[in-house]
Amino acid sequence: MNPFPLLSRRSWLQAAGVGSLLAGAGAVTRLSGQHQSPVPDGHVLGHAGHALGTVGEVDTSVFDPTAFLTSFNFSHLPPDERVRYYRETPRPDGTLLREYEIFAVDREIEIAPGVFFPAWTYNGQVPGPTIRATEGDLVRVHFVNQGAHPHTIHFHGWHHPDMDGSLPQHQVLPGQDFTYEFVADPFGLHLYHCHAVPLKRHIHKGLYGTFIVDPKGDGPDPSALDEFVMVMNAFDTNFDNENEVYAVNTVAHYHMHHPIRVTVGKPVRIYLVNVTEFDLLNSFHLHGMFFDVYRTGTSRTTTERTDTLMLCQGERAILETTFRYPGDFMFHAHQSEFAELGWMGLFRAVEAGRDT
Amino acid sequence: MTPDVGTAAAPARGGAVRTWALALIPLLLLSGLLVWIARSGPADAVLGTGYPPVERLAIGRVVLGDTGITVDVLNDGPDPVTIAQVIVDDAYWNFSATNGTTLPHLGQTRLQIPYPWVHGETHVLRLVTSTGVTFDHTIGVAVPTPKPDLAAVGTFALIGLYVGVVPVAIGLLWFPLVGRLGRRGLDFVLALTIGLLLFLLVDAGAESLEIAATIPGSFQGTALAVFAAGAAFLGLEAFGAWLQGRRRDLRAGGASGWLLALLVAIGIGLHNFGEGLAIGSAFALGEAALGSLLIVGFTLHNTTEGLAIVAPLSRDYGPSARPPIATLVWLGLIGGLPTIAGAWLGGFVYSPVWSVLFLALGVGAIAQVTVQILSQVAEGRPIRRYLAEGPVVAGLAAGVGVMYVTGMLIG
Repeated sequence: MNPFPLLSRRSWLQAAGVGSLLAGAGAVTRLSGQHQSPVPDGHVLGHAGHALGTVGEVDTSVFDPTAFLTSFNFSHLPPDERVRYYRETPRPDGTLLREYEIFAVDREIEIAPGVFFPAWTYNGQVPGPTIRATEGDLVRVHFVNQGAHPHTIHFHGWHHPDMDGSLPQHQVLPGQDFTYEFVADPFGLHLYHCHAVPLKRHIHKGLYGTFIVDPKGDGPDPSALDEFVMVMNAFDTNFDNENEVYAVNTVAHYHMHHPIRVTVGKPVRIYLVNVTEFDLLNSFHLHGMFFDVYRTGTSRTTTERTDTLMLCQGERAILETTFRYPGDFMFHAHQSEFAELGWMGLFRAVEAGRDT
Repeated sequence: MTPDVGTAAAPARGGAVRTWALALIPLLLLSGLLVWIARSGPADAVLGTGYPPVERLAIGRVVLGDTGITVDVLNDGPDPVTIAQVIVDDAYWNFSATNGTTLPHLGQTRLQIPYPWVHGETHVLRLVTSTGVTFDHTIGVAVPTPKPDLAAVGTFALIGLYVGVVPVAIGLLWFPLVGRLGRRGLDFVLALTIGLLLFLLVDAGAESLEIAATIPGSFQGTALAVFAAGAAFLGLEAFGAWLQGRRRDLRAGGASGWLLALLVAIGIGLHNFGEGLAIGSAFALGEAALGSLLIVGFTLHNTTEGLAIVAPLSRDYGPSARPPIATLVWLGLIGGLPTIAGAWLGGFVYSPVWSVLFLALGVGAIAQVTVQILSQVAEGRPIRRYLAEGPVVAGLAAGVGVMYVTGMLIG
C-alpha cells in the first residue's frame, strides 16, 4: 500500500524541498519536529497504557464468558432447563450413562463489543458447551444439524471409527441428526469439533468445544479447587485468513474488564484448549506465578513447571497452581500481537473469607 | 372533439401555467416512483432480505497530537456503517467519537484515539465495523501535525512565499529583457511560455486525476476534475471577453497583452493554489525530508512561471517603455499569493477533494491562457505555420525542456 496515497512523489519531494529550505532558514523547528518529543513524558499520554483494549461492553445475556468458565455439562442452566440438554443415568457397573442434546445452529455472536461475527455454533454458543464425563462412562450425544451446511461432531478420545464424524459419509446434512456413542476414555482434557470440509472454515466459524474426562476413583473434591475452562480461540472477521480478534472464550479483552475471581490459597485448575485457526501456535502466560503442566491431562504426574506454555492448534493442557498473594494477576498469550488483539485478561485473587 | 382555437394564440399567462405543468408532472411522477421504491424495496426482491450491507469507510484527515491520534471518517457507502472497534498497530485501542459511531451515507465523525504514537515511525490504523469488516489507513511517517496557531500560520505563509511568490517575482524581472527583444526573440520567448504552460497542463492534469482516483467514490473524482477544468476554461473565457469589452470602451483598439498577462497570472495563481494545498498537506501528513538540490530544482521550476506572465506584456510596450511597477507587482501577487492560501488550507484543513478541485481549476485556466496566447501571437498567421517557424519550435522545445529538466530535479 502506498503510504502517501494523497500525494504524488513529485509533490512530496516538493514539500521536502520546502522543508529543507525552511530548516535552513531556521524557521520551522515546530514543523520539522526535530527538536521536541511529540509526546511529552508523563503528559496526557502518560496513562496511555490503560487505553489499550476494546471499547464498550458485550451483551452477556446471550453468552456470558464468566459463566462459561465454570459451566460443565450445562451446569450454568437452571435444573428444569438443563435436563433438556443433559441427563445422567446410573448403570449397573457403577458408571453413568451421560446423554447430551447438541445442535448446530448458525448464529451471529458478539466477539468484541459491537463486533458481530456470523458464527456456526453448537447450541448457539462459541465455544460449544463443555462436556464432562468420568473415565468409563457411556457418552451418548444426540446431534441435530439446524445449520445451513453439513456438520459433524468429531470427538477426540477412544471410539469406534463409525463415531468419528470425519469422513464424507459421517456428515450430518442440514435438518438431519445423528447419535454419537462411546465410552469416555482415556481420562484427560480433550476436544470436540466439526470435521466437515472445508475443515478450516468449519472450525474457525465456531464449531468446537471442550471434552473433559475425569479419572475414575479418587477424584478431587470439587469444592476444594476452582476450575476454569479456557478455550483459546480467534476470529477472522474480514475473511482474509488472518484473525482480527483473539481471546479466551471468544470475547476480546473480556476478563480485563471482568477479572476472574479466585481465592488466595485455594488450588486453581485451568483446562486450557487451543483451537486458534490460521496461527500455528498460541500460548498462555501467567504473571507473578508458576503453574504445573499436565499435557493433554492424561497423566497425574506433572511434566513441567513454568509460567508460559505453548500449544499447537488442537493441543490441550491442564494447568494447576495456587495464588499466594491477593491482587490482580494478568494472563495472556505471550504472542504480544494476540494479547493486544484481545487475548488478555486478569485473575483477581482475594483472601479467603473476604470473597463476597 | 372541438378544436381548441385558442391554443395557437394562447395568452402568455395561460401558456406559462401550461409550461409549468409540463415541467412539474414528470417530477411528480418521479417522486411517486421514489416513494414506491423506498416502500417496496425492489432490491430486496432481487437479492432477498438479509444480504450483507455494503460497507465503505473513507479515512480523511489524520492529526497526530499530544493526546494521540485524531481521525476523520466518512461513510462512503450506501448503507449505514457502525464503527465498533479501533485497532492501532495490531492492538485494540480505546477511542471516542465526536459524532457517534454509526454513520449514515456520507455521514462523518471524528475519532479520538489516545495512542502513544512514536515520532518518525509508521503506524497502521484499522477500523473494525459491527460486521467485522476492516478499513486500514497507514500513517507513513508520524510527526506532530501543525496546529493552526499564529506561528504555524506564519510558517505556512513563509512556505507559500518561498514556493510561490518569490520565484514568480524573480521571473517578472525578465521583463526589461523581453522588451528589448526583436520580433524573432519575442516569438521565441512567447513559444517558450507556451511550452511551459503545456507542460504544467499535462503535469497538473495527471496529478489531479491521480488524486481523483484516491478520493471517496461518492465525490466522483474524475468527473469533478474534468468538469472543474472545463468550468475554469469557460469562466476565464467569459472573464477575458468581459474585460476586453470594458477596455475597448475606454480605449478603442487597445492591445490585449496586458489582458493575456492577467489571464496567465490568474491561471498560474489557481495552479499554485493547488500546489500550495499539496505542500501544506505534505507538512500536515509529516512527509518532509532534507535535500538542497530539491530546493534548487523547485525554485528554477517555478521561476519560469514569472516569465510566462511577463512575456505577453511586452507586446503592449516598446523596447523603451515599461509598465507601471504596480502592474507587475499586482500580476506577481495574483500568480504567487494563492500558494500561501493553498498552504494554509492544505496544512490545517486538508482534504484531497480540494486538491482535485483546485488542481483541475488550474488545468482549465492554463488551457485557456495557452489557447489565448497561441491565437494572439499567431497574429493572423495560420497556427500550423506559426508553430513551424524556427524560433517558435525552439521556444516550445526550450519551454518543455526546462520544465522537464527542473522537474527531474524535484523528482
